[in-house]
Amino acid sequence: MIEVKNINKSFSENQVLFDINACFEKGKVNLIIGQSGQGKSVLAKCMVGLHEVDSGEVLYEGRDFTKMNRQHRSEIRQEIGMLFQGAALFDSMTVEENVMFPLTMFTKMTRGEMTKRADYCLEHVNLVGRNKLYPSECSGGMQKRVGIARSIAMNPKFLFCDEPNSGLDPQTSILIDGLIEQLTSELNMTTVVITHDMNSVMEIGDSIIFIYQGKKWWEGNRESIITTDNQEISNFVYASDFMKEIRSSMQEKRR
Amino acid sequence: MKIVMQNFGKYILMLTVILTRPKKWSIFFKRLFNEISSIGVNSIPIVVLMSTFIGGVIALQTASNMSNPLLPRYTVGYITQSSTILEFSPTIISLILAGKVGSNIASEIGTMRVTEQIDALEIMGVNSLNFLVLPKIVAAVLFFPILVIISMFLSITGGWLALILSDLSTTDTYVLGIRYSFIPYHIVYALTKTIVFGFIIVSVASFYGYYVKGGSLEVGRSSTQAVVISSVFILIANFLLTQMMLL
Repeated sequence: MIEVKNINKSFSENQVLFDINACFEKGKVNLIIGQSGQGKSVLAKCMVGLHEVDSGEVLYEGRDFTKMNRQHRSEIRQEIGMLFQGAALFDSMTVEENVMFPLTMFTKMTRGEMTKRADYCLEHVNLVGRNKLYPSECSGGMQKRVGIARSIAMNPKFLFCDEPNSGLDPQTSILIDGLIEQLTSELNMTTVVITHDMNSVMEIGDSIIFIYQGKKWWEGNRESIITTDNQEISNFVYASDFMKEIRSSMQEKRR
Repeated sequence: MKIVMQNFGKYILMLTVILTRPKKWSIFFKRLFNEISSIGVNSIPIVVLMSTFIGGVIALQTASNMSNPLLPRYTVGYITQSSTILEFSPTIISLILAGKVGSNIASEIGTMRVTEQIDALEIMGVNSLNFLVLPKIVAAVLFFPILVIISMFLSITGGWLALILSDLSTTDTYVLGIRYSFIPYHIVYALTKTIVFGFIIVSVASFYGYYVKGGSLEVGRSSTQAVVISSVFILIANFLLTQMMLL
C-alpha cells in the first residue's frame, strides 16, 4: 500500500500540488486521472522521488520515502517498477538486455537465470521470440510491452504507469490495460496508473482519484465516476459528444 | 553572475555524485571498455589526420621563416618538437576532441534525459550519474594521453615528411633538432594537461547533457554550449597549468 499525506509541490513561485492526501491499495489498479496540466504526473513523480516534495509524506508500506537518503531510496526503488509514457527503453540495448538490466544491476543471478527470467517476463507480455530486437525495431505497442516486462523483472511490489496508452490505437490500448490489470492481480502489486483515457478508466479503474487544479477533487471507482454529479469530473468524463450522447441516453433510461 | 555561480555549484555537486564507488565493478568495466572504444579509439582517425598535417605545416612555416644564416638548420626540428609537445598535441588536440567527443556526450546524455531513460535508471535505484558518466571520465582520463602521445609522434613525423619532401632539411638535421635541448619533463607537463582537459571535456559535456530540459532543440543547444564552455575551461586550465608547472 502507498499512502500520500499532505503533499505540496511548487516550481519556483508556481504551486502545482495542494495538500494531496490519497491511499493506493495493494492488489488494485489505482488511477490518477485529470486533464492535462493539472498535476497528476507531478504527483506521480513526487511519489517516486523524481521530484522532491515541498512538504508532506509518501509512505511505502509505512516507510516514509521523502525523508530517506539516496541509499535507502535506492533500496525502496528496487521494489518499484515504472512504465514511462514513451516506454524509456535503453536504445543501445536489445529487448532482452533491457528486461535483464535491473537484474544485472541488483541481483547475483547467472546469465542463464537472467535470460530465463527475461523470457518469463516477455512471455507475460506476449513478446516471445522478440529478445534480440532493438527498441528502434519495435512498434509503439511493443515498446510499451517491453517497458512493462522490464518493470516487472524484479518482481516489484509497486508498479507505476505514466499514461500507458498514449500514442496507441484502441485495440493495443485495451491489450496494455488488460496486461496491467492481469499483472496487478497475479503479482499482488500496488499499481498506480496516470491516465486521461476514459477507456482505461472504465476498463481497469478499481480506485480512482481525480486531480483538478493541483487538488484532489474527487475519489471513487469506475462505477461511481459515471453517476457523480461533480461538475468538473462530469466535464472531464463527458468531454466528447459521443460520451454526452451516452449520458443523455442513460438519463432517459432512468426517467 | 548568479546563474554562473549556481551552475558552478550544481557542477560541483554533480561531481560528488559521479565520483562514488560503482554499484557493480563488472558492469563498470564493461561500460569502461565500451567508452574507451567509443570516445577513445574512434577518435584516432581525426587525431592522426590533424596531427600529421599540422606537424607538416608547423615545420614548413618554421623553415620558411628561418632565412637568417646565423640560425642553425636544426632549429626547425627543435621548434617543431617544442611547439608540438608543449602546445599543439595536448591543447589543440584537446580542443578538437572537445568538439567531437564533447558534443557527442552532451547529445547522448541529453537525449537520454528528454526520452526519460535517465528517469528510468533513477526509478530502478541506479545512480544514473555514476553509471553513465564515471566510465566516460575514466575512459577519457586513461585514453586521451594515449591519443596525445600518438599525436606527438605523428606531428613530428609529419614535420619530417614535409621537410624531406620539400627538400628543406635532411633527416639528420631534423633529428638533431628534435633531440636538441629535449626536456623529458615537458612530456609530463603535456600529459598532465591532457588528463585535466579530458576530465573537463567529459564532465562539462555530461553536465550540459544531464541537466537539459525540453526536447530535441534544447539537446542541440546544450551540445553546442558544452563544446563552447569546455573549450573556454580548457583555455583557462591551460593558462593556469602552464603557470603552475612551467614557471
